[in-house]
Amino acid sequence: MSLISNYISEKNNAKEKILSVFLTAGFPDKNNFVELALDILDAGADMLEIGFPFSDPLADGPIIQHSSQSAIENGMNLHKVLLILKEIRQNTKKPLILMGYANPILRYGKSKFAIDAIASGANGIIIPDIPIEEYDGFFDSSFNPIDKILLITPTTTKDRIKKIDSVSNGFVYCVSVSGTTGSLNNKVDETINFLTNAYSLVTNNKMLIGFGISNRDDIKIFSPYCDGVIVGSAVIKSLMEDTSGFRKTLTFISDLKDELIRSTRQ
Amino acid sequence: MSTPNNYFQPDFSGKFGKYGGKFVPETLITPLKELEETYFQLLKDDNFNKELDKLNKEFSGRPTPLTFAEGLTNYYKRAKIYLKREDLCHTGAHKINNALGQILLAKKLGKKRIIAETGAGQHGVATATVCAKFGMKCFVYMGEVDIERQSLNVFRMKLLGAEVIPVSSGSRTLKDATNEAIRDWVTNVNDTHYIIGSVVGPHPYPMMVRNFQSIIGFETKEQIQIAENRLPDYIVACVGGGSNAIGIFYPFLNSGVKLIGVEAGGYGINTNKHCATLTLGREGIFQGMKTYLLQDNDGQVSEVHSISAGLDYPGVGPEHSYLKDEIIADYFSVSDEEAIKATELLSQKEGIIPALESAHAIAYLEKLTPSTAKDEIIIVNVSGRGDKDLYTIKNFLGY
Repeated sequence: MSLISNYISEKNNAKEKILSVFLTAGFPDKNNFVELALDILDAGADMLEIGFPFSDPLADGPIIQHSSQSAIENGMNLHKVLLILKEIRQNTKKPLILMGYANPILRYGKSKFAIDAIASGANGIIIPDIPIEEYDGFFDSSFNPIDKILLITPTTTKDRIKKIDSVSNGFVYCVSVSGTTGSLNNKVDETINFLTNAYSLVTNNKMLIGFGISNRDDIKIFSPYCDGVIVGSAVIKSLMEDTSGFRKTLTFISDLKDELIRSTRQ
Repeated sequence: MSTPNNYFQPDFSGKFGKYGGKFVPETLITPLKELEETYFQLLKDDNFNKELDKLNKEFSGRPTPLTFAEGLTNYYKRAKIYLKREDLCHTGAHKINNALGQILLAKKLGKKRIIAETGAGQHGVATATVCAKFGMKCFVYMGEVDIERQSLNVFRMKLLGAEVIPVSSGSRTLKDATNEAIRDWVTNVNDTHYIIGSVVGPHPYPMMVRNFQSIIGFETKEQIQIAENRLPDYIVACVGGGSNAIGIFYPFLNSGVKLIGVEAGGYGINTNKHCATLTLGREGIFQGMKTYLLQDNDGQVSEVHSISAGLDYPGVGPEHSYLKDEIIADYFSVSDEEAIKATELLSQKEGIIPALESAHAIAYLEKLTPSTAKDEIIIVNVSGRGDKDLYTIKNFLGY
């Protein structure tokens, strides 16, 4: 059993659904990023997905494109992201996941990356441009000790969901809408249908949903169909607009977690 | 589609050796599978093949001629030079070959909305054209820099009823237009077909676009047999994504003909302002494919430059990466300045104003011809005509 899935199970058993927060490493400011990440965990995030930036993020909408671009301009690279991760790890036991595109890893060296990421304290990795077709060719045995979290989406067929569930570990990342990160969820019935089906098909793993989860209402509507939610663009957007020394963003995180607990225990 | 000379690429997973593949977000996997299945069905469908043949003939004006370039041949006084005249296709470039094939595919898939990316605007115009003909809604993504330098093509697309969507992210050129088109496809995948304009992106696109473009090479093979009763010694084509090059190369792979791809050297390959991907790039994963890529040491894609909007791209079709590694084709580059000189040369020696993209292939004659003999034959693919580039050429020459 992986640390991530154990952790999710423990929380779920205590009638808490998971709040996973995505942050772009080094955004908005690389100097106080570690502090911000730890504050977000304290405010109620159960785990963090630390995004390492790529110049051409295909699966991302304008908000995360912006944070990635800004992180690159701030000099962020995979090497620095791992140092940041290590510092966060020294101050928390919660799961830490790396998320980003394949090319920076390829350039860093795949095996070297796997070894360094594990040594820095990463528990899982999400690479949106490595679908199962490319899984075996990309993840060599040096990735064995780290959870490789795969995605399913509304276009994923039933058989494929089962296959992905059998390969993924840590959890299955369920993308609730066809679209890029930060997409609006404006077809609620359709989404609930999909989530109901997906949730019944994902039997080996816990299932967290992301893309299109941006406020308490979304959590109220969608949390019955998953073991937790992932919030990314909404947090990045909040950080971009926050002039209160991140107090507003931290309150936003506490509210989301509060809603997750409330909806689960109702 | 006959497979040439024991050449069987890609494999079933869409790999050309280690290149190609499907490095895309999960949302696109099922649509790509549907696309591949439908494409293979259509390949075996006589009606589809007949319809495409008819359109190629009666709508595009194929076959395009193979013209003996007497003026150029006399100028260089070496090998005989022939020009494959894709500039004479309807819409002015080879891009229509692929657009026609894919619009029939979109019809078969039941899609109502078409999206495309464009650099020089030639693929955008070709897509807008086939959408007008088949009554489909057309949205073309184009970088703001390219909108500026290819304004005539922007107007052509609008006149044809397409909507041109300006892209302001990244370098605001072809790469970014492609990113936006892929994001649109991820979002609207149920009713939308994405007509990729080159042999790039995830499988099956590089294979499919090559096959639609290989009509250039198959015609050339027949035409040179008629003209000279033998195969040429050299075939030269420009490479951005590489669709016109792979189109003319394909039937000649492993046949002993020297295949030469010419990349955009921009301000020079010793500067960082060029698009010489195969010359200076390194293996990368980008826009759904594994291929040579111009990138920095952190794996960030480089900002590239070419005077030619159609070549201004940091990646390249995965099959070219394979052909380079296997030494089945050779790749070189020429600079902006050399391309402009070649434009003048072809205009004045042959009465043909080439697209700036194609001018890169012409420019390579300067380097190639001195080592050739009079009894040798060179074929250059003139992939498009130069009307769209007149402002750029005029500014460069300071008129």
